[in-house]
Amino acid sequence: MILKGRVWVLGDHINTDVIIPAKYKFRTGDFKELAKHVFEDLDPTLASKISKGDIIIAGRNFGMGSSREHAPRVIKEAGISAIVACSFARIFFRNAINVGLPVVEVKDINKNFKQGDIALIDFEKGVVRNETTGVELKFSPYPEFIMNMMKAGGLAAYRKSLKA
Amino acid sequence: MGETLIQKLFRNKLGKTVKPGEIVVVDIDLAYAHDGTGPLAIDAFRELGSSKVLDHSRIRFVIDHASPSPNEGASNLQLKLRGFARENSIKVYDVGEGICHQVIPENEALKPGMMIVGADSHTVTLGAFSLFATGIGSTDFAEVMSSGKLWFKIPEAMKVSLTGRLSPGVMSKDLILRIIGDMGADGATYMSVEFQGDGVKTLSMASRMTVCNMVVEMGAKNGIFPLDEVTARHVDTSGLRDKSIFKPDENAEYAISLNYKLDELEPVVAAPHNVDNVKPVKELEGLEVNQVFIGSCTNGREEDFEIAAKILSKKGVKKGVRCIAIPASRKVFLNLLKKSIIDKLVSAGCTVTHSTCGPCLGVHFGILGSGEVAVSTSNRNFRGRMGNPESSIYLASPATAAASAVEGVITDPRKLLGGG
Repeated sequence: MILKGRVWVLGDHINTDVIIPAKYKFRTGDFKELAKHVFEDLDPTLASKISKGDIIIAGRNFGMGSSREHAPRVIKEAGISAIVACSFARIFFRNAINVGLPVVEVKDINKNFKQGDIALIDFEKGVVRNETTGVELKFSPYPEFIMNMMKAGGLAAYRKSLKA
Repeated sequence: MGETLIQKLFRNKLGKTVKPGEIVVVDIDLAYAHDGTGPLAIDAFRELGSSKVLDHSRIRFVIDHASPSPNEGASNLQLKLRGFARENSIKVYDVGEGICHQVIPENEALKPGMMIVGADSHTVTLGAFSLFATGIGSTDFAEVMSSGKLWFKIPEAMKVSLTGRLSPGVMSKDLILRIIGDMGADGATYMSVEFQGDGVKTLSMASRMTVCNMVVEMGAKNGIFPLDEVTARHVDTSGLRDKSIFKPDENAEYAISLNYKLDELEPVVAAPHNVDNVKPVKELEGLEVNQVFIGSCTNGREEDFEIAAKILSKKGVKKGVRCIAIPASRKVFLNLLKKSIIDKLVSAGCTVTHSTCGPCLGVHFGILGSGEVAVSTSNRNFRGRMGNPESSIYLASPATAAASAVEGVITDPRKLLGGG
């Protein structure tokens, strides 16, 4: 699995309340509607600027806070194809895998990308390349069952693929 | 090498020794979701291709987050939750009964060593009862409804040794904020945080729940207190063959070990916009406050309102300050009524209401205005958490919150309790 996209560089400790403020999830369960508010309290203009296939590069502890699975689902719905961060909060990481949003931990990743650079992630080889600067960073590839879940698009899609 | 508490609990459950990093699958004893996460869990349940809940007796729903509903969107999500519960015979704690992390221990027969999951990050609160409790997402919750099982990675452990006793006006909230301030927002990521030492016995069950509630704010997977006389008054210990499994071995290996002398702690606050931005109250004294919120799953229990009422009944809430007090459950509310604590709070000028998570996460009942400052006894001060990204939230103990409501500025509660 190889993903390539334009990057958005975010900081450390991006929490689930700024990913999707709680007030919106108590108004609707429609993810197209919720995706309009993704990262709203971080930067109200960000949602309108994200294009399909873009990649998030972030610092430490991405997704800290609430267990709301709305967070990775809204990011995916907004068009983000993957998140590469120095580290992730535990529940967010597990939720992202379950909903089929590829998440990868790479040390110092945020120091090697600038806003608008192009990133290429090769999941089998365990490499993230900055196509703009040529810098390559390595990570441990997913175990096989997680890789299969990612390729299928999450736990539910993977289950269906096994039954088919 | 000895075992940590979390290793012992998983050994007790699985009948075999486990090591940190090992992946295991366990039967879940109890799982609960609320109106914020339950509706999505129902969608995920259907996405998984499941049609029937495996064992409804192990599943609970609690309608507590937007309760009663502030808008038609929330109302319809709650209808979806009630409908699914009816179809699958799932027990629902409905509007007004209380916040899930309070209602579950009040009403369900908790046993030490249980494995509990909740579709809410603050499920870690229940670790106060010497059991494993952790927060999960909606797809994992759907998986538990389908199969009754879930996989876990056995966590490494962080030991927090406590000695002595908290001074008057200093609460267990000050302890856990101090620990989070020292460790940082990701200082305990993936870990089991295990509280030990002579100081543990001085902490009430409510105080222990406050401590466990907030371990997730430093990234922990769970928090846990050992089984002692205090726990035994709140859990069902009948049928426990070997109580030694609820105490860690002396020679257990910890990734991190910390020591706190309870006597030396002082009132602290977490300043905007991160929970680990912890400062002594004395550094922020005099900062003007517009709203005070006393309540939430962190600090909405009897002892929290007892100390708040003691402080508030001296001079009352300062004119111009809004003080909102919300007991964490109907049972807490009734007990406070019987003790005339509610009388004192209302007389002091507090706005007291039925149980809801509302203000803590900016859903309803106390949304802040732009530029406003709140002191809150809840667990998160992230930007926009109380509904407005242009406001600021300072997290504190109920004592500090009440003192700040009286003076209209952030205030050390010891000044109003005398002797400090």
